[in-house]
Amino acid sequence: MAKKMAVVLFSGSLDKLTGLSVLIGGAAAQDIEVDIFLQLWGTYAFRKDVVEKNTNFSEFSDLKPQVHEALVELKAPSWLDLLKQARDAAPVRIHMCSLALQIWGGKKEDFLDIVDDVIGAGEFIDMAEKADVTFFV
Amino acid sequence: MTEEELRNLKADKVVDARGTSCPGPLLAAKKAIAAVPVGGVLEVLSSDAGTNRDIPLWAKKMKYEHLGILDEPGYWRVFVKKTK
Repeated sequence: MAKKMAVVLFSGSLDKLTGLSVLIGGAAAQDIEVDIFLQLWGTYAFRKDVVEKNTNFSEFSDLKPQVHEALVELKAPSWLDLLKQARDAAPVRIHMCSLALQIWGGKKEDFLDIVDDVIGAGEFIDMAEKADVTFFV
Repeated sequence: MTEEELRNLKADKVVDARGTSCPGPLLAAKKAIAAVPVGGVLEVLSSDAGTNRDIPLWAKKMKYEHLGILDEPGYWRVFVKKTK
């Protein structure tokens, strides 16, 4: 049976989203199935009207231009493109926290189509319980 | 395999992932191996240092055989045999 990974994405900052997408790409390449649970800021980052304008960094914000420049020079795909690449390689399911959905507007249509469904904490804990790898970003 | 054996090896499929960064070459390898016949060899060109360790590890997990790596100026050639 395929190995499973369960990830809580609480943060919505670009640097953390990028770090997470790299790991999910690595997992998907190894045929590990991934379940991502979006909480507060993680959910916000998946809003259609936020994706393009999100320039938030979690740390060392003075170095943001340098990091941005390096990523452009390396032709690194955006966190969202990388996530899509991972989804092409293996099952990567994206679940949105029902409370966060209510906080950010209430309609699933306001969020990227890449989001699979809206679930509660109990269901995600059930996924995490069965997973081989878990982490919180 | 020795360096000479690797140099003489003719891969069934070559995927050029140079210029992509981690995990780009690994994802490219996973995608490309589908097109390699069982018993065939996949060659991945990569300029990402992490990939040199990622691909052998991936190959082992998938029960493929990692044949070796050739060091070229500015990139690596990573060889994997699709054993099953």
